[in-house]
This record gives sequence, structure tokens and C-alpha cells, in this order.
Amino acid sequence: MGYIPHTEVERQQMLAAIGVTTIEDLFEAIPATHRFPKLNLPEPMSEMEVAAEMQALSEANEHAGDFAIFRGAGAYHHFVPSVVNHILLRGEFYTAYTPYQPELSQGTLQATYEYQSMMCALTGMDAANASHYDGATSLAEAVTVAVQVGRKRNKIVLSHSINPQYREVVRTYHQGRDLQIVGDEADANLAALAELIDDQTAMVAIAYPNFFGQIEDVSALVTAAHDAGALVIFVANPLMLALFKSPGELGADIVVGDAQPLGVSMSYGGPYLGFFATRTKYVRKIAGRIIGETVDADGKKAYVMTLRPREQDIRREKASSNICTNQGLMALAASVYLALMGRNGLRKVAQLNYHKAHYAADQIDQIDGFKVLRSKPFFNEFMVKCLMPVEVVNNALIGEGIVGGYDLGKDYPHLKDHMLLCVTEMNSKEEIDALVDVLKGLAS
Amino acid sequence: MTIATETTQQVLEPLIYDMSVPGRMGVNLPDCDVPETPLPTELLRDDLKLPEVGELQVVRHFLKLSHLNYSIDKGFYPLGSCTMKYNPKLNEDMARLSGFALLHPQSDEAGSQGALALMYQLQEWLAEISGFEAVSLAPAAGAQGEFAGILMIRNYHLDRGDTARTKILVPNSAHGTNPATVTMAGFEVIELPSDDKGDVDLDALRTVCKEKGPEIAGMMITVPSTLGLFEAHILDVIEIVHEAGGLMYMDGANMNALMGQVKPGELGFDVMHYNLHKTFSTPHGGGGPGSGPVGVGEKLKPFLPGPIVEIVEEPTEEDYAPGYGLKMPEKSIGRMKAFFGNFGMMVRAYAYIRVYGGEGLRDVSRHAVLNANYIRAQLMDTYKVPYPRYCGHEFVLEGHFEDAEGVHALDISKRLMDFGFHPPTNYFPLIVPEALLIEPTETETKDDLDEFIEAMKQIAQEARTDPDLLHNAPHTAPVKRLDEVKAAKDLILCCAPALPDAGD
Repeated sequence: MGYIPHTEVERQQMLAAIGVTTIEDLFEAIPATHRFPKLNLPEPMSEMEVAAEMQALSEANEHAGDFAIFRGAGAYHHFVPSVVNHILLRGEFYTAYTPYQPELSQGTLQATYEYQSMMCALTGMDAANASHYDGATSLAEAVTVAVQVGRKRNKIVLSHSINPQYREVVRTYHQGRDLQIVGDEADANLAALAELIDDQTAMVAIAYPNFFGQIEDVSALVTAAHDAGALVIFVANPLMLALFKSPGELGADIVVGDAQPLGVSMSYGGPYLGFFATRTKYVRKIAGRIIGETVDADGKKAYVMTLRPREQDIRREKASSNICTNQGLMALAASVYLALMGRNGLRKVAQLNYHKAHYAADQIDQIDGFKVLRSKPFFNEFMVKCLMPVEVVNNALIGEGIVGGYDLGKDYPHLKDHMLLCVTEMNSKEEIDALVDVLKGLAS
Repeated sequence: MTIATETTQQVLEPLIYDMSVPGRMGVNLPDCDVPETPLPTELLRDDLKLPEVGELQVVRHFLKLSHLNYSIDKGFYPLGSCTMKYNPKLNEDMARLSGFALLHPQSDEAGSQGALALMYQLQEWLAEISGFEAVSLAPAAGAQGEFAGILMIRNYHLDRGDTARTKILVPNSAHGTNPATVTMAGFEVIELPSDDKGDVDLDALRTVCKEKGPEIAGMMITVPSTLGLFEAHILDVIEIVHEAGGLMYMDGANMNALMGQVKPGELGFDVMHYNLHKTFSTPHGGGGPGSGPVGVGEKLKPFLPGPIVEIVEEPTEEDYAPGYGLKMPEKSIGRMKAFFGNFGMMVRAYAYIRVYGGEGLRDVSRHAVLNANYIRAQLMDTYKVPYPRYCGHEFVLEGHFEDAEGVHALDISKRLMDFGFHPPTNYFPLIVPEALLIEPTETETKDDLDEFIEAMKQIAQEARTDPDLLHNAPHTAPVKRLDEVKAAKDLILCCAPALPDAGD
């Protein structure tokens, strides 16, 4: 039953070879008082019964197969070409382990090396690892690197416009360390961040675009940070980087973020893909797997996990991170996605996002009672001030088959009644017009 | 045409960048169906150095790369401590159901009841399997589960106003993640020796608890140990640490030996993590993703990482389904990652547990242990097995011979590749010289095990008769042994793309 292939005959042969009469004899070291407890779980099910039950569970969700999605806020509904999923379903990739034995893992290793290369191209950095759990933990690991680079510096400056969940994760990760994490009061602004930078500051982290979808002018802040000897960390949306200046060009020392928009399904929040790219001079301080080029004993070009002594299995308590399992298969997804899109496809997708989001913003702006906040340029997300609670707007939308925007008042009290809308290449003009019609109906 | 005069640039498969031709594209995208808005030119980048490759070329490229990999689907993968069991295909299909794969994590709770119900059920099942009060599915991998567990222990002591507990005990046989986790959480490691039977040295434990009791926050221990052994004095270990005021963390990486055999929560552990990608069959993906839920007893329940799923509306007579919601536990250590954990892995684990049921899971562990002991029994006359007792789901042997001095465990591993097997884990645990850690899992047949046993015996002979056969192995893999020193010295970490300018 299940996936156990043994027959009774084989079991008996094996027990005889071991020299015991029952399998239970092999568990004699477990204290008899606690041995063989009952597991109070449901009865086993056949494959078709499991599939039916889970199909029903999945249908109890309002998903992008049935609903138009205008919500982002850290996870995005994008087009994933069929090829991506077909490659991910190759057992050779998804049923392999971490490539500790490079002779049997050149497929994973080369695909990962290509992922690193393409992420470097996108971010304008020299080296990328592969990978962290998600964008939030990438940022938390960047803090560790900055503190190491900054030696005794212990002040971490975070922009309030970084995804609130990412900032929570930074605080979770570093609660056992003596760090001062400042700058992200809900109603802070970028100018105020520059004031916080001093000779104890290890790093300044900013979002590109920020959580509100805006592209902020960060040049003064980057200069101020570098003048003070602090690292600059960009939390970036990798799809936006197809069109907009790379963080490398803007002065970033480390670029982190979530590469979920690059071919990874929303899947209710995970597994996603935390990317981490940096300049050559910091590469020996970063955590996670890094693939390098080398040759084999015959001089054949090949790939291998390198800078291994940084990692927990070798350095143990002196390692800067405990990361072991990462998001390898998601890095493969991004590799395949970027290879398919290429230089022109990715730019076209980014342009579709930009144009559709701006079309939606223009339409919404014309409705009384809804005001688009457009003091700064934006990519595919923007803020709308509503004359009613966001919940009311969203309840009206869901009735029309539309998942509306994210309620910013949940994280930023001064943005009560502000909705963060996301428009991607997946939203047709018809969907956008339908959204606009519902808002018009609410306004009248 | 010139004939290549050197072989140093032979490649198995060109890089995707080397296949690039300006103007080619691997995807069909729609035209823009809305009026276009001018782009802010001053904010744009000049070029994007991504390759330009057609769809079929991309498919062939990755298919050829896939052929260079070894995988569970291809053959026996006895990689110790990694539990490389069959990853059921059903699970992959379930995770790809639109209602799961296309569900936005910021969906309203009312619109996510199917996903929340699945998570709630999985929390309950995992708690039952290990005898704990509550489970959080938030951690993204085993190492993150460890981190969550140690942070919970830290906050438990701080919450009681006890600030003196700054040290965590870790046996010297532990996974590297354990000591690294301790440091990340701001604690200091006290390493404990093992005795000659492979168990924690009880005298050393008593001594350290006597001398440093008030400073000890807890202990991390793997059960069965990384040697594949069930601690002979586990109840004593737990009692000693508890008496010193510390809490007990169990590294659940080896749960594949324990389901239905013993419940860690009932033994007295305060917290443990599960590896859904080991015990519960979710795939390793060539390095991830994993999922590392944590289970806790009553003491640590308020500190669980969040959010976790709770029943927020009891079922009524008209509506049989309860209402589920996401909650942050009262004194939570916080979020481990954005959203709620690696949901796609939870879907797969749910399918797996549903297929087996309680007795089935007990059978999983019984057969995992049977398979390991069978190989062990068949190889103990050929190889030195350092701890002569029944093992759990894995066992360690020494990969060297007194009468074949130049042969090391690594040589045996590489030679195994020629026989069509993935090698065991090498050089771990650190306390065994030339360690080969072998974990067959329950999904392998006796025939497969017999083939592996025969290969191991033949290699042991070759070590004496033709050691160079081992030193130069592998002979049949896509590449020979790699120059790892060169990789670290040259540090070529990405192909600086020298693409011709395509123009816009």
C-alpha cells in the first residue's frame, strides 16, 4: 500500500538476514513506555479519492483561474509560459538533491550558474547566490552581511516603504543580536532617513519600487549612505528592472528581492525565490549556495558549488547563516523563464505592465470619490484614495468576479481608506474596464 | 575551418548565452490592448543583457541539462540524512491545481477557506504524529524551523525574566545547521562529546549541567542521531536538561524512523521541526524548496512563529464547514518569511499523509528502518560499522580499509557512480572517520538494495586489487572529478555576457 513496494516474502527474507523475527524488534532502543503509540489520523485513501478531496478544497478558493486579480503587495499574477512548468516537472531536476556530487549534478549546476548570470544582468551586480527562501529573508540575510562588512557598526536604517512583512522578518531574524533597527515609522519619509545615517550605520535599505508602487529618487540617500561608509541595499522587483535603471547603476551594494514574478506561481505565498546579488568585494561574506565555473580532470568545462567554507556544514557555529535547503527549483523556474523571455520579451512584459497600470490609473482618476496618488512615477502598482473603506470596495468587486486592491490601512494607519492596486499583463482591457465600472457604481 | 588543437574548452552543453542570436524570442506575447503611456525616459536603462533564444532551443537546452543530473526518478539515492524517498507524482498534480497554484496570498480569508482548511488539517496531523500541542507551518525549511525553535526557547526564558540563559548544548554529531542556528539566535554553543556507543556522553552532560545549569537555555539533539542510532538514554538526557532549567529541541530531520514508533512530544521534548521535504515526500528540487514546520508543547505554544491557522467560527447546523482564519500567536517570535510558509509543499505533504493514514505512516517508518538494517547486516562483514547495534532509518560505516591505505570514502563514493548509484553522504557525521552515511528509505525494493550491496562489496574488493579504479572514478559520469580549488581561486560566478548590441 502507499508507496512501499515490499512483499511479505521479501520482508521475511530481510528479517532473516538481519537476524530478527519481526520489524518491531528493530525498535528495542525506544523506551518501552513510549513505544508504538497510536496515530489518530484519518483512514488511508486511494489516489483518486485524495485527488477528489483536494480538488474540492482547491475550489473553495477565489483564485486567478476564476477571478480577475488586481492585487499585488508582494506577490504577483504574471504569465508563466508552458515550457517553465514542463521543465520543472522533469524528474531529473525536481527529484535531485543539492548538487554536492558535481559529477552527477551538472544539469542543476549549469542551470543555476545561468540563473546567477541572468540575475547579475538584471540587477547590475557582479555575483548572485542561488538562493534564499524569499525576498523577506534575502533582506534579513543582507543585514547580516552589512553588519559583518561594517564590523562594529550596529545601526540598520530601513525605509518605511519596504514591504511591511519584509521588515517584520528582519526583526525576527535579528532579535537575538544587538542591533538598532530604525527609520521605518509608518509615516516616515526618505529625507528623514538621510538624517539617521551616522558613523554607526551599517546599511540603508530602500525599496525599488517601494511598497506603494512608486519609484523614488534615492540618489541623495545613496550618496549620504556611502559618504558615511554604510552599504546601500535595494529591495527590487526584478520585472521592473527589465525597463528601469538597474540598482547597480543607482549605486546599490547589495540587491535583494523576490523573483516570484519571474515564472513562479503565486501558490498562496510560497515557495518563492529570494534573490541576492552583490559586488565582487562582498561575495565571500554572503550566505547561500554559489556556483562557479571550473574544469574536470580532463580539462572539460564544468560547474561546482564554490566558496563552500562559508557554509554551515563546514563552518558550523562560526557560519553567518544556517541556510542549507534553499529555493533551488524556483531558481530553475526563473532560469527557464528568463531564457524564454530574453532581452526583448522581458522588456515587452514590463511595458505591458506599465501601460496597463497607467491606463487603469487614468480611468480611475476620472471617477469622483477615487483619487490616484501620482506624485511619483510608478511601475505596475499605484495607490488609490477611496471615499469609503477599502473593504467595502473589495466586497463590491468580489461580487463581480474581481479581487480588488490591498488595504494599506492595515499596515499604515495614516493610509486608512487607501487601496494599493496592481495591474499586470494578465489584466485585459475588459477586466480593467469592468473594475472601473464597479468603482463608478460605488461612487454614484 | 580549423581543427581544435586543445581540449580545455570542451563543453557538455553550451551556456544559454552562447546560443543567443539577436532578434530571437522564446515566447508569444500579446499586443498592448490599452492606449500606451509614454515611459519616463530619464529613469530607463540602456540595455538588458539577457540571451535571445527560441522556444524549442530553450526546451532542448534544459532537457539536455536535465540528462546530466542523477535523480530519485532515475535510481537509488541513499544520501544519508536527506531521506531521498519517492516523490509521488500525485503530489505534483495537487500542488498545480488552479485553486492552489493561482491563489494570491493576500486574498481575503473568506476567499481562501480551502487553503486555510488544508493548512489547519496539516497542522493537526503533524501535531498528532509527534505528540505536540500545536504546530506552525511558517518556517520555509528545516534550518529555518531550527531557528524558529531556538528563538522560541530564547523568548520563553526572557518572558520569565530569566536573562542568564545564554548557552545551548549541541552534541558533536549534530548537523551543521544546529550550531549555526544557535549562533544566529544570539546564543553560544556548548559542544557535547559522544560516548563509545555513539550516544550522548551522559557524564559529560551531567557535569556541564551541574557547572553551568543556570546559563543553559536548552539542548538541540537529533533523534535518531545523525549516526542513525536511537539514543539509549534519551529519557535521562531530557530529564537532566529539564532539571537544569533548559528546554529540549529535537531536530526532526530523521522523523522517517519514528512515525508511529514514538512521539517526541510524549518523550518530553518541548519543540521540534519537521522536514516536509524529507519525511513527507515533498521533492528536494535540486536544493529546495523545503518546508520546516515546528511543533511545540504547552510551554512554547504562545511563542510559535506566525501566522498560524485557527478555527475562528465554529460550524453551525446549516453550514458544516468551520471558518478558518490566520492568527499571530500571543507572544509570537514573529514572521519567518513573507506570508505563511511554503504552501505548495504543504499541499504535497497533505496528499502524502492522506494516502497513508496513521497505520500507513507507521508502516513507512517500519520499512525505512527495515531497509537500513538489511543493508547494514549485509555489509557489516565487508566494511567497518563503528556502532554494532540496530540502526534507525540510516547507518554509518567507515569507507576505508587497513589493507588498502590510499583508498578513502570519497573514492568509494565516486566509484559507486559507475555502478549507477548516487553515493551516500560523505564525511558526515564528523565524529566517524571516512564516514559513509547510508539511508535507503522505505520506497526501495529488496532487489534494488541487493544491487547496491553487491556494488559495495565489489568496490571493497577493487580497493585492494585495483585502487586506481577508485581513485580515478567516476569513469561513466558526464564529467570526471572537478578542480574545486580552481573554482574558488578564479571565482567565475557568472558569464559576463558579451552580447552583440541588438539595437531597440
